[in-house]
This record gives sequence, structure tokens and C-alpha cells, in this order.
Amino acid sequence: MAAPEKLLTPGEPPSLAQAQSQVDPPLINLKPVNWFFDLNRAMSLWPVTFGLACCAIEMMSASMARFDIARFGAEVFRPSVRQADLMMVTGTVTRKMATPLVRLYEQMPAPKYVMACGNCAISGGPFKFDGQYAVVEGVDQLIPVDVYVPGCPPRPEAILEGVFKIQELITGRRWWPLPREMAS
Amino acid sequence: MDLSLAIFVQIIAAVLLIIALMVGNAVVMVYMERKVAGFIQRRPGPYEVGPWGTIQAICDSMKLLAKQLYRPGNVDLILYYLAPVLAFFPVLLLFLPIPFGPWLTALHINEGIVLILAFAGLGVLSNLLAGWASNNKFSLLGAARAVAQTVAYEIPMILALLAVVFLSGSMDLKRITEQQGQWPWEWNILLQPLAFFIYLVSLVGETNRAPFDLPEAESELTAGFHTEYSGMGFALFFLSEYANMLLVSFVAAVFFLGGYKGPIADGFWWLFIKAYAVMFFMVWIRWTFPRVRFDQLLNLNWKWLLPLGLLNLWATAIIMKIFL
Ligand code: SF4
Repeated sequence: MAAPEKLLTPGEPPSLAQAQSQVDPPLINLKPVNWFFDLNRAMSLWPVTFGLACCAIEMMSASMARFDIARFGAEVFRPSVRQADLMMVTGTVTRKMATPLVRLYEQMPAPKYVMACGNCAISGGPFKFDGQYAVVEGVDQLIPVDVYVPGCPPRPEAILEGVFKIQELITGRRWWPLPREMAS
Repeated sequence: MDLSLAIFVQIIAAVLLIIALMVGNAVVMVYMERKVAGFIQRRPGPYEVGPWGTIQAICDSMKLLAKQLYRPGNVDLILYYLAPVLAFFPVLLLFLPIPFGPWLTALHINEGIVLILAFAGLGVLSNLLAGWASNNKFSLLGAARAVAQTVAYEIPMILALLAVVFLSGSMDLKRITEQQGQWPWEWNILLQPLAFFIYLVSLVGETNRAPFDLPEAESELTAGFHTEYSGMGFALFFLSEYANMLLVSFVAAVFFLGGYKGPIADGFWWLFIKAYAVMFFMVWIRWTFPRVRFDQLLNLNWKWLLPLGLLNLWATAIIMKIFL
């Protein structure tokens, strides 16, 4: 059995330890093979069912009828982190949630990506003020973040755009056309 | 000697074809499940990866193949790796006695249904091993539920199938098919509607799918018995789940829907059309009904399906005795 967890005594702040996870280098490091698997990874990003605060509502809305993240193959919300690829940190990371969050991140198997959704996850958002004691100011203090999606909350389109950015990060190119105003 | 060699070659060829069928079925079913889920929830489902999202399932399987294999500490090493393999292989065997067409049976034995029912129990053994070996409380709870549920639902299933066996006086899947006619009104479903209903309910329970998917209820048990499996271990569980669905649908088609017989021309296409209709039904109810509670699940089984099945069997036997 693992060592018993230290219980928090009242008044003692939870530790803000960085996530430790080690990823082995690929056994077969050939360019076409990597390109092929990267393409497949980008096209099936399964997120963890992991919502922390109000931004999670936007994540749910992004997977439902009007916005439908399923079109890009990213709708399989896995309850177990072992089978997921993408962690959307949607919402306020409190100090108490920091430990489970880090543990969940460490439990994900290797090609794993993190999207910080909303101002809270990026920098503490509206909860950042002098003398605040409860909120982690930015989830990147705990785990490495790949894509930041700003907004309070970000619109579902922004979350979709974050998924595209992660796909771009994996494969090196953008796959879907830009909106008309942005393209011109 | 010659004969046994021929049978040996035949079985090897059949097993290869069945593996191809299982994998192809999983790809089709993943796509169909996600598409149907999308349409039920008024969204397009997979759409952009390939034309209408058709290569989505292939991308998923390739990704799972390249995913890090993660083994938590404190697991039972042998059982942990054995369980997904054990989930996959017994299903292979179960396809052997299915008559795909008048001349297309891998292994013609006269008690085919006994073979299927006997080995169907092995599938749940792999779930139990997976839950036990993972050394995780959620996995173990999921495994215990899987065993309780499968053992319970096997009984009404057997009672329903037994009624058809009484009717046709044979346990041979081929003979049961031959005794039904080409047209829908000559099929067993009209003679045994109650048995078909009982079978339809218990096959959902048997394959652990929603609304009876308590072994993997994510609101209580993270992901049930496969919580600790990543990558290919998880993919094998997925594959065997879809293969199990296909198998029970084939059995439903053979016993109640006339097997490979159909209007115009007999052949394997009719069996596949009927089996996929049953599978579509399973996907449909999965996305429209909420999950039941565990006591409701077992009450439904022991208080309704089992007495109904016994009554049906009894009535069938009496009618057969008096009128035939
Ligand atoms: S960024 Fe705004 S909407 Fe999102 S969790 Fe924080 S307060 Fe809520």
C-alpha cells in the first residue's frame, strides 16, 4: 500500500507541489511514424470529466447540441484519467483542490495535454487580490499548461478554438478553416 | 486423418475470419454508437475527421495503440495483463457454431447453444480478474457488480432460449434456423413473443450496457473494472464488449428472427441485417434511458423476468404436449 496521506490540520496551508511525471522517450523515433501517430492523437483528444467551477458549464455546453465538440472527435469524456488525453482545467483551482489535481495529472498516461480554461485557471481571475489565501493563482504553478483559453467564462467557441490550438501544437498545422472575419 | 485435417484447416480459417469480423464490427459500432448518440441529442456527432467522420474510429484505435501502457504499483502482474486477453479470446470461440448461411458454419455441432451459453460465462471472469488485479476499490466494486449482474441475467436468458429449443426440439442452431420460414410471419418471434421480450431485456443486462451498465457506472465507480487500464488494455475490453453485443444479437437473430433466412434470397446478409437491427436497438436504448439502481436491476430480474420466463416455458411445454 502507498504511504498514508498526511491529513491537513486546520490552519495549515496545503502544499503546492509541482506535478512530477516522467515520460519515456519514444522507442521508435522515426519521422513518418511519429507524424502518423501525432495525427491520430490530434484527431481523438479524449478529455477527462473534470470540471471545477462555472467554466465547466461552458465545457458541457461545448459538448452539447449547438457547439458539439464531437464533430472533431473530442467528445468521449472519460471518467478515468487512465484513458484520457486532455485535461481541461475549467474553473477555479482552490488550494484544497491542488493536491487531487496534481495527482490526476500524474496519473494520466503519456501523451497528455492540458488546457487552462478561463481566467481563474490562468491567473486566479476575479479571486486574485491582496491577502487571498484560498485560490491557486494560475494552474501553471502546478502542472505544465499547453493552451490558455481566456474569458470569464470563455465561450464554447473559444473552448473549441483551444482544442484546435492543441491539435495545431501536436501536428504543426491548423486543420480547420478560420472564421471569415479572421481569415480576411 | 484427412477429415480431421480438413476440419482443422476450416477452424483456423474461421478463426481468422472471426477476428477480422470482430475488429471490423468494433470500428463500425464505435462510429454508429457515436453517430446515433449525436442524432439522439440533436447534434451531428463525429463529422470532420474523414468524410462525415467515418475514419474517427480508426483514429481512436491508432491513438489507443500508441498510448503509454501504464501499470499502477501493487497490481497482480500476471492477472492484470491476462484479464484483457481473457476478455477477448472466449468471444472468438463463441462465434464458431453460428450458422452464417446455409453452407457457412465454422463448426457444425448439434448442441451449439450449450457451447455459447457455457463460454459466455468466461467473459465475466475476465471482468472479475481485471477488477481484482487492479488493486483499486472502484475496480473491485465494479467487478463484483458485474458478476452479480451477469449471473443473474443468464438465467432468464437461458429460460427464454429454452422455450425456443422446446419448440424446435433441437439445440442445433442450424436446425432452429431451418425450421423457421423465409417470411417474417414464419419466424419464432410470433410463436414466442414473451420469450423474445425477456431475451431482449436480459441481453442488455448480460452485455453490461446502459441502462444496465452498473459495472462501469461512472457516477459512482469512476470507470468500473477497467478504471486502471490505459491504451490497449482498455481497447481490448472495448473490443470484447462490442463482440459480445454482436454475439448476443446473432443469437437473437438465429433464435427469434429466422437467422439467415429472409425474403427473396437466403444468405449471411439477412443474418447481418437482423443482428445489426438488434444492435441498433441496444444503442438506441443506451442513449435514451437513464441508468437503473442496482436493487432495481436485480428486482427486475428475480421478481419479473425469472417468473415470467418460467411461466412461458411451462405454457410452451403444456401446449406442445397437448397439441403436437
Ligand atoms: S474564470 Fe470566471 S467563469 Fe470561469 S471559473 Fe473563474 S469565475 Fe467562473
